[in-house]
Amino acid sequence: MSAVIDTTKPNHDDHEHHGPAKGIARWLFTTNHKDIGSMYLWFSFAMFLVGGCMALTIRAELFQPGLQLVEPEFFNQMTTMHGLIMVFGAVMPAFVGLANWLIPMMIGAPDMALPRMNNWSFWILPFAFGLLLSTLFMEGGAPNFGWTFYAPLSTTYAPDTVTYFIFGVHMMGVSSIMGAINVIATILNMRAPGMTLMKMPLFVWTWLITAFLLIAVMPVLAGVVTMMLMDVHFGTSFFNAAGGGDPVLFQHIFWFFGHPEVYIMILPAFGVVSQIIPTFSRKPLFGYHSMVYAVASIAILSFIVWAHHMFTVGMPLVGELFFMYATMLIAVPTGVKVFNWIATMFRGSLSFEAPMLFSVAFVILFTIGGFSGLMLAIAPSDFQYHDTYFVVAHFHYVLVPGAIFGIFAAVYYWLPKWCGNMYDEALAKWHFWLSFVGMNLAFFPMHFLGLAGMPRRIPDYALQFADFNSISSVGAFLFGVTQLLFLYLVIKAITKGEKATDQVWEGAEGLEWTIPSPAPYHTFSTPPEVR
Amino acid sequence: MRSRLFHWAPVALLPSLWATPASAEYGLNMTRGVTDVSQSVYDLHMTIFWICVAIGIVVFGVMFYSIIKHRKSKGAVAAKFHESTVVEIVWTIIPVIILVAMAWPATTTLIEMYDTSESEVDIKITGYQWKWRYEYLGTGVDFFSNMSTPKEEIYNTAVKNENYLLEVDNEVVVPINRKIRFLITANDVIHSWWVPEFAVKKDAIPGFINESWTRINEPGIYRGQCTELCGKDHGFMPVVLRAVEEKEYEEWILAKQEQARAEAELAKLTFTLEEQMERGLAVYTTNCAACHQANGAGIPPSFPALKGSAIAIGDIEKHIDIVVNGVPGTAMQAYGNQLSDVDMAAVITYERNAWQNDTGDNVSAKDIVDFKNK
Repeated sequence: MSAVIDTTKPNHDDHEHHGPAKGIARWLFTTNHKDIGSMYLWFSFAMFLVGGCMALTIRAELFQPGLQLVEPEFFNQMTTMHGLIMVFGAVMPAFVGLANWLIPMMIGAPDMALPRMNNWSFWILPFAFGLLLSTLFMEGGAPNFGWTFYAPLSTTYAPDTVTYFIFGVHMMGVSSIMGAINVIATILNMRAPGMTLMKMPLFVWTWLITAFLLIAVMPVLAGVVTMMLMDVHFGTSFFNAAGGGDPVLFQHIFWFFGHPEVYIMILPAFGVVSQIIPTFSRKPLFGYHSMVYAVASIAILSFIVWAHHMFTVGMPLVGELFFMYATMLIAVPTGVKVFNWIATMFRGSLSFEAPMLFSVAFVILFTIGGFSGLMLAIAPSDFQYHDTYFVVAHFHYVLVPGAIFGIFAAVYYWLPKWCGNMYDEALAKWHFWLSFVGMNLAFFPMHFLGLAGMPRRIPDYALQFADFNSISSVGAFLFGVTQLLFLYLVIKAITKGEKATDQVWEGAEGLEWTIPSPAPYHTFSTPPEVR
Repeated sequence: MRSRLFHWAPVALLPSLWATPASAEYGLNMTRGVTDVSQSVYDLHMTIFWICVAIGIVVFGVMFYSIIKHRKSKGAVAAKFHESTVVEIVWTIIPVIILVAMAWPATTTLIEMYDTSESEVDIKITGYQWKWRYEYLGTGVDFFSNMSTPKEEIYNTAVKNENYLLEVDNEVVVPINRKIRFLITANDVIHSWWVPEFAVKKDAIPGFINESWTRINEPGIYRGQCTELCGKDHGFMPVVLRAVEEKEYEEWILAKQEQARAEAELAKLTFTLEEQMERGLAVYTTNCAACHQANGAGIPPSFPALKGSAIAIGDIEKHIDIVVNGVPGTAMQAYGNQLSDVDMAAVITYERNAWQNDTGDNVSAKDIVDFKNK
């Protein structure tokens, strides 16, 4: 990370301008958005590897029928922790890291609006995940009730470590809410003169909307885990039918959080791709206004579709119909976004550096995930898909080539600006193609498995599912091992890459490309003028 | 670049070489099933699939055209256009029309699936950790259905049979061409009862009774599984139904009723310790071994050991109490209404004498009845 530090401080006469502190103090006490952004990104990558190892444990056990490596108890802990860590530890912090690095540089602000809170919201995370991961070494084992932690499996029937899980989730929620407040305060108050809302880069727009989603739903998550805590320790019966409670209530509250949550994980990636495709098409983004409205529509719709996760709980017919129609409606703004990206590429002057490769793969594979999402929205067919590997295929198609490829694209795109050096393009193409093949090999066969009738979250399966499971496991290991190449690429770029220009990419536009590479420790101390 | 990648293709195919022996046909697609509803669901699924394929061809077609034709390396010069309200409106409205076309058949199918009226056979299904209970309402037929795949097959010390993990000790027998209503609930956590061939999947939720129905067109054996994570052995609670002609179904009901009467007679007899141990082992293996393990060691702390435990070698009445009434707030179920008095007596006797517990106690069915009547 040393390359991030700019030692040639420009304004020595100004007392507010100083370089970073020395040693560990720099990282513990920093209020600098660039330092905090880097910490978020490194933390999320570490969690990505931890969650990835858990996924590989799952795939190794599922390589063949029969129980070979782990017992069902531990298998359930792995599925649970894999989901929780990837959602809350890998994807969300990565996007907060990108927001920290990029939003101030994109809107011409010197830093985030609330820098001390920024420090705090990061430093909560290692403790939250320390708490969660420590349960793996405790008597009774880690949480084993799935990342959706349906009651009463997660309350009356949960291992004792559920309490650690609850407090871990509380801390992650506090961190996310503070991060979201910071993003909103920064975007609404600290834009450079002339940077009207409708001139903001789409990444800033998508993050503004995401931040509102976070503030709306993280308290709901906090509420539901608190109700669990009450049920587990204080004798209430929110979710215990024997005490007059309602297990289905849990699912309604969880998914009222959970559905907006999945958009929290994808909207910033929409923003990233909307920055990258115009650059490498050398053509402005097609339909900027409709892109903004589409993101807003998706965000609003996300609040009225939650029960499509619950088509089989026995809702009344009108409830099923409402949630089916509302869910299908989401295809419209999502379709608009895909069409706009393609219209941006159409008659452009395309080149395919790593960020563009990941972005194009994002559009294609996310659309495939969108198609399976549309199929899942159809309630009668969902009775056949629900809780099978078809669902697993669907959400991995929107999260891996969606959120994760979006993050890879962003890192390759902005890394030269962050560290001042280009990454190794040939090696990055290897990273892309191996990830692309591995990911499709891992997740495409899951569509077939689900349709053929394999339920999700099972440690062992009937014989007709054997072949596709083997293929899927091979793909998962290919994808997993390839990510070490990514780590090597980033370290190599930081330490000894070729010098990047200020503009970095021929077609890049936006304020962040007007500052030097690497970005100085303090940027835009004097706001730029945006025309 | 691309040619190198193809080297990976054989790696992907390798696993199929050492895959399993007795494999059934592997499926790529959803089953058409054996009911009118499952056929409608399949048709709906395929319609929407092909609509998605068609949209995909158009959208990706334009994209790949651009990727191939509009490359900078081929000298493409970027156009300047970047906005068109007309185009935006067009590609908003066309998807809406397609969606309405999809919603129509989906709605009619869903309305049909929700019509549980005028059923001819009613079966109450209760999910337990980790087995299903079936009660044929109005007939007195009431039994549990447990997975019958032996541990040796699961732990790879025996060859896996064709119906590995999808076989049970007691099949659910149902008549064809009759409207069968399922009333689905659960005893502990949430389960979900699924038979793909019927397109019936409904969550079994404690405190709720969900309804679903089917009318089977063809006789046969239909297999499904629990589809809601319900704890340790979620993967090991299959559903197996045998659909038969009306007459065979009637005979089966009569046989089941007769079996229950014979079972009740047993309560009047007394058994030697050896007989009790033999019966108890069978009951233990089916009902208790999943948690407390075959060797009585349990999986502490979630599932305590019975070997040498204070309860299994201590006061008999306390032991009976725990098995009959369960331990509220834990995974220990109340077996009082699950096991017959004879089986209950046998399994308690077994637990008190197996694994060097050796108390020598022989608990009789009468002891259980007396306890329940207290």
